[in-house]
Amino acid sequence: MDHIVTDILEFIFLMWFAIFSAGTLDVLINIGIIILKIAAVVAVVMTHVAYATYFERKAIGHMQVRLGPMRVGPHGILQPIADFVKLFFKEDIIPAQADKPLFYIAPVIAVFAAMSSLAVIPFFNGFVIANLNIGLLFILAMSSIGAYGIIMAGWSSNSKYSFLGGLRSSAQVISYEIAMGLSLVGVVMMAGSLNLTDIVKAQQAYPLKMYIFPQFLGFFVFMVAAFAETNRTPFDLPEAESELVAGYFVEYSGMRFALFFAAEYIGMILMALLGAICYLGGWNGPFQIPYIPFAWLLVKVYCIVFLFYWVRATVPRYRYDQLMALGWKIMIPLTLLNIVITGVIKILT
Amino acid sequence: MLPQVLFLYFAFAIVALSLAVITRKNPVHSVIFMLVLFFHIAALYLTLNAEFLAAIQIIVYAGAILVLFLFVVLMLNLKEEVTEHRYISLWAVGVLLSIAISAIFLMTLSSIPLGAKGVFSPDVIASETHTVALGKLLYTEFLYPFEIASVILLVAIVGAVVLAKKRLKS
Repeated sequence: MDHIVTDILEFIFLMWFAIFSAGTLDVLINIGIIILKIAAVVAVVMTHVAYATYFERKAIGHMQVRLGPMRVGPHGILQPIADFVKLFFKEDIIPAQADKPLFYIAPVIAVFAAMSSLAVIPFFNGFVIANLNIGLLFILAMSSIGAYGIIMAGWSSNSKYSFLGGLRSSAQVISYEIAMGLSLVGVVMMAGSLNLTDIVKAQQAYPLKMYIFPQFLGFFVFMVAAFAETNRTPFDLPEAESELVAGYFVEYSGMRFALFFAAEYIGMILMALLGAICYLGGWNGPFQIPYIPFAWLLVKVYCIVFLFYWVRATVPRYRYDQLMALGWKIMIPLTLLNIVITGVIKILT
Repeated sequence: MLPQVLFLYFAFAIVALSLAVITRKNPVHSVIFMLVLFFHIAALYLTLNAEFLAAIQIIVYAGAILVLFLFVVLMLNLKEEVTEHRYISLWAVGVLLSIAISAIFLMTLSSIPLGAKGVFSPDVIASETHTVALGKLLYTEFLYPFEIASVILLVAIVGAVVLAKKRLKS
């Protein structure tokens, strides 16, 4: 037994030696830097997710003349931590008739799809985990994968409420994905690139360093589609609590429920980031803020996230056929019009 | 070395996943294996620097077509399908026939003439970026085939609308 262990150790040592002697130390350092970047982005985004739930409850509370969370810490500031501890230690209940493998991986797919999109987001000049040439397409691809988490959760729970919620949600996400993709085509045409860093840099020549003025039509459709993609009010039919209890994640509890919850909020922050980068000029602002290169991006993201809260407190839920008619008959033709106008202006100038 | 290892992995994984797709008893599981299969095909495109094609593979096939498959499978009554006997009594003949056909394919493999090598090697694509290269070719050299394909798709869309449309009382 002993000499097997020493053999394995020797083999590992030789492998390491081979790797180092081949002069690939730089590669390892690069991998280390990438891992550090990923850790930084995940830590920052997860903190934002936790406090997005807190500020949502606070903001909507005050809009409805309530106080919102007040008990845990001053003004309830520690509420997200208490929520997390509660969800983490709750019992993980799995329905007896559930399709177990799919039930297990559905929340993981939802979180994976939301998190991996963060890899191509440029937070400030030069800081992006993966500077892909097709960054925008990558985000669209990942958001279409997110639909699988929802459908699989709905189906594998073996409950009619989950199933109906899953079907509604996937149909909605697929329909509005088209509007979202087409609304971003205008931005891509103006910037001449699918790389998000290039898109931000291309906006510097425009008023306020933003595309929102020439692309106001695209921005409007993008924001509507972003609400539908993230299943937020007024398009939160998949979770319509008066009809479907909670939609596709009715049967989930404890940490698995928390994963779905996190995926929804990461999706919301991701849409805010995408809107800020594609239409509001990303990290550029009217003047430079010293030492904090991502300050303007944060301000813009917070504004868009606040818009999500504001709309939720203001607008009632749509009916399902109205939602589909809005997506297919108004939003998609508007984006096509936007593409034609952008193309004509681009040819003329 | 690394590209070959990657290719071998993807090739074997694609074959294994295709087998998994057709052998699962539960159609929903088949569709999920197909999803993983599409990811592997997209990764295979990436090894050739065809990043645009890889993204489109995920968006169109995994994001749209497979979801429709999944919808159809979910709408069917699964319980009967799962319990029913899955092979007809003539399955041995089917196996023999497929072996014979693949033997013929293998024998003719050596006599297939290879086309002339094009200008777009993975290195050229990497320097020009795949989206630009594809767009230029599609809208200049291959404009007519592209437009014809678009018209065929349009015909399919119009046909689907006509089939699904309710007859108005006149």
